[in-house]
Amino acid sequence: MGATAIPEYNFLRYPKGLKSWLLTQDHKRIGVMYFAAIMFFFFVGGLLAVILRTELFSNRSSFMSSDTYNQFFTLHGAIMIFLFIIPSIPAAIGNFVLPLQIGAKDVAFPRLNLASWYIYVVGAFVCLFAIVSGGVDTGWTFYTPYSTTTSTSVVSMTLGVFILGFSSIFTGLNFIVTIHKLRVPGMTWFRMPLMVWGLYATAIIQVLATPVLGITLLLLILEKLVGIGIFDPAMGGDPVLFQHFFWFYSHPAVYIMILPGMAIISELIAHFSHRHIFGYKAIAFSSLGIALVSFLVWGHHMFVSGQSELAAIVFSFLTFFVGIPSGIKVFNWMMTLYKGSIEFKTPMLYALSFLFLFTIGGLTGIFLGALPVDVHLTDTYFVVAHFHYVMMGGTVMALLGGIHYWWPKMFGRMYNEFWAKVACVIIFVGFNMTFFSQFILGTKGMPRRYHNYLDQYQPLHAFSSVGAWVLGFGFLIFMIYMIHSLMRGRPAGNNPWGVLGFEWETTSPPPPENFAKDPVLSHGPYDYDTVLIQRSDIAAQRPVGRA
Amino acid sequence: MSANAQTHHILPIRVYLAVGTALLVLTAVTVWVAGHDYGEYNLIVAMIIAAVKASLVAAYFMHLRYDNKVYLAVFVGALLFLAVFIILTMLDTLRRGDVNAIETGPIDQNAVIYQQQVIDTSHTGAMKSVDSASTHTSPAK
Amino acid sequence: MAMTHTDTHKSHLAHHFSDGEQQKEAAKLGMWLFLLTEVLLFGGLFCTYAIYRSWNPDMFHNAHKVLSLPLGTINTIVLITSSVTMALAIRSMQLANKKQTMWYLATTLLLAGTFLVIKYFEYAHKIHEGQLPGRFYTFQGIEGTNPHVFFSVYFMMTGLHGIHVIGGMTVIGWLLYRTSKNHFSAAYYTPIEMTGLYWHLVDLIWIFLFPLFYLIG
Repeated sequence: MGATAIPEYNFLRYPKGLKSWLLTQDHKRIGVMYFAAIMFFFFVGGLLAVILRTELFSNRSSFMSSDTYNQFFTLHGAIMIFLFIIPSIPAAIGNFVLPLQIGAKDVAFPRLNLASWYIYVVGAFVCLFAIVSGGVDTGWTFYTPYSTTTSTSVVSMTLGVFILGFSSIFTGLNFIVTIHKLRVPGMTWFRMPLMVWGLYATAIIQVLATPVLGITLLLLILEKLVGIGIFDPAMGGDPVLFQHFFWFYSHPAVYIMILPGMAIISELIAHFSHRHIFGYKAIAFSSLGIALVSFLVWGHHMFVSGQSELAAIVFSFLTFFVGIPSGIKVFNWMMTLYKGSIEFKTPMLYALSFLFLFTIGGLTGIFLGALPVDVHLTDTYFVVAHFHYVMMGGTVMALLGGIHYWWPKMFGRMYNEFWAKVACVIIFVGFNMTFFSQFILGTKGMPRRYHNYLDQYQPLHAFSSVGAWVLGFGFLIFMIYMIHSLMRGRPAGNNPWGVLGFEWETTSPPPPENFAKDPVLSHGPYDYDTVLIQRSDIAAQRPVGRA
Repeated sequence: MSANAQTHHILPIRVYLAVGTALLVLTAVTVWVAGHDYGEYNLIVAMIIAAVKASLVAAYFMHLRYDNKVYLAVFVGALLFLAVFIILTMLDTLRRGDVNAIETGPIDQNAVIYQQQVIDTSHTGAMKSVDSASTHTSPAK
Repeated sequence: MAMTHTDTHKSHLAHHFSDGEQQKEAAKLGMWLFLLTEVLLFGGLFCTYAIYRSWNPDMFHNAHKVLSLPLGTINTIVLITSSVTMALAIRSMQLANKKQTMWYLATTLLLAGTFLVIKYFEYAHKIHEGQLPGRFYTFQGIEGTNPHVFFSVYFMMTGLHGIHVIGGMTVIGWLLYRTSKNHFSAAYYTPIEMTGLYWHLVDLIWIFLFPLFYLIG
């Protein structure tokens, strides 16, 4: 079924030559370049995680000194956050998909788009320089006063992150303008795919929050290099102020990570249920709601930092509001599944994993947002488990779902469905083994970031480490079948899933100008109930089920 | 005839000059006002004048008065989020140590909670309100 | 009518836009979003200012007396005037008056230079007196706790502002060159307009910095 061969004229092959790639302004190529970069850093960060878990298998140092351990967990955090997860969905998948989905030829500022990729690469190199020139042992949060006194390469690391911030800002700015100005005629705000809404909300946060991170890191660098005393209590400064500045960015940044994940899930659940998504407007507005609320809750990272009790109470109270839009999304997804004709392809398996894992991650977030509970659980493995359930169980599952979903569009080839499902199950099991045990460890009082620990925690730590190996094994399978697909995958055809959306109406991979002829909007993105009767090409690929 | 000339408002030169003059006058006013002491209102007066000047620049020089209101929304949005940032941060910095006075003060032995414990340890068993925690700690049980 | 416009300025129209108007609007929205990031970048420093002033009101009052009010006022006037000339440069290009545009741009550039020269004298004086941020602070004449914090905030805010002035001057210089090469017309002057927006924001930030540092009551 589908096309018999990959179209000769596609963006991967035309124009030819390395130079045409390095100077490309094609959003699809930039998306692919981002994709390669983030997968590389995901691999590096993941390898660090597996090494860390292996070290933590026993409660005494086995092959790492405590200093090395500190550097490793800092690198794992910093690489995963700044180099992988923040650019992952928006810059890699979003760049590729967004213009296709709104029927545009490119993003609004293609040159800026390329610039943001290069800025990302430069920032990544500066971070790598920090790693080889002494490493960083502060944790990814760079809290003062430790970060201003340690002798490790904090300055080059923060400088790298500062540079990466520009990349993020430019991507966000580009997306907002693209969504405002380049939608195909007739695509009103409420006829956009929900992916676009999610990317829009993400972009708003990127543009609003990242500059504050910029100034924070600049202040940190000045503090360390010339001693301006803003964060130094000995000079009348205030180290807690750094935490305010840092979390004013980094809490919204958590939503930079999860919102595009939610956007992918909205797409996957609707398309693989072959139903009009339930509560379109509610999902769209809840994305904006999350973006808004994300700016009001940062103090919940600082309940034990010495901030005023009044602030702690207000922040704790405001934190609960995050639950509302997130809950709206989850319930709408479930209502979409209800009576849909669900097709259990790999992307859908990841979407269902997301639903399960994100709900656990989100609910434990509510526990942690409750002031008295948080005082008990602060800096324990409970927190570690919580944010891994959101970041990995949420964002990474969504990313994997998105990768599998748009892979045929990106490279024109299918992957092996059987092995993809096997990998998905292994990853799901491995993930829960690794992190659910950490919830228990946390409630029993195991503090995070500790190299050695008491004997009583050993069994659960060992279980968690085994889980990490299982998880790593799952990703190994993922890597193998994806590389195999790149070389020998069966040609996918324009619309391998039989779903709606502009991106599926062009060839796979699309031609450099995206569409052979200007796309015309004839129906909404989820109008399965009305369109299937008219579109035999899509109906033919549907599974047998409810009409 | 260009499309831009029609859709884009070209302001008469006197508008720019008038706004420029108003800005200079307001600068003089704010310097003059600063010479007087209004106590805690000094800052407020200075900020109001600065806000008026800023609004003039935004409305006329930056054309926000005539342009698409989306740009105005972007600008006002930036200011709103900045306000959130400053207000919520100062909610901390201005109110630190609020509970220290309560925490470091002498314990009020007549507080209701202690009265209950006194009754509890005196083994009367006739407490008005028995919660599960106090029942557990009671040696009488 | 619209056709002739598109024909004459085809070179400015990128392939993914359907017409010049759409492209211009996109550029403008992009510029406003960029200004938003600038507001929040400075916002962090405004927040720092607010907190340290609220903690040390008397020290801030005492420390601000060492700043030169006349120089600060002159700089405010200089920057406001440069904003007027920048706005007039755009207007002249809207009216297709190239020569006038160049004069206004040159004046703006000159005023921006004046601002920096005055700032240089202020900085030089402070460096000489040891009124410097953090651990470089050696001045003795200010009462109150931690007066170096005032200068930390002062130098960071005016310094970041100064960097923006230098950036603006670079771009205005580039605009002068492009105007002289006839790159702009009454139909296409987007770069001048965008630079104008940026320059007005630089002015706008100074409008707040001036009373916050020079006029502490």
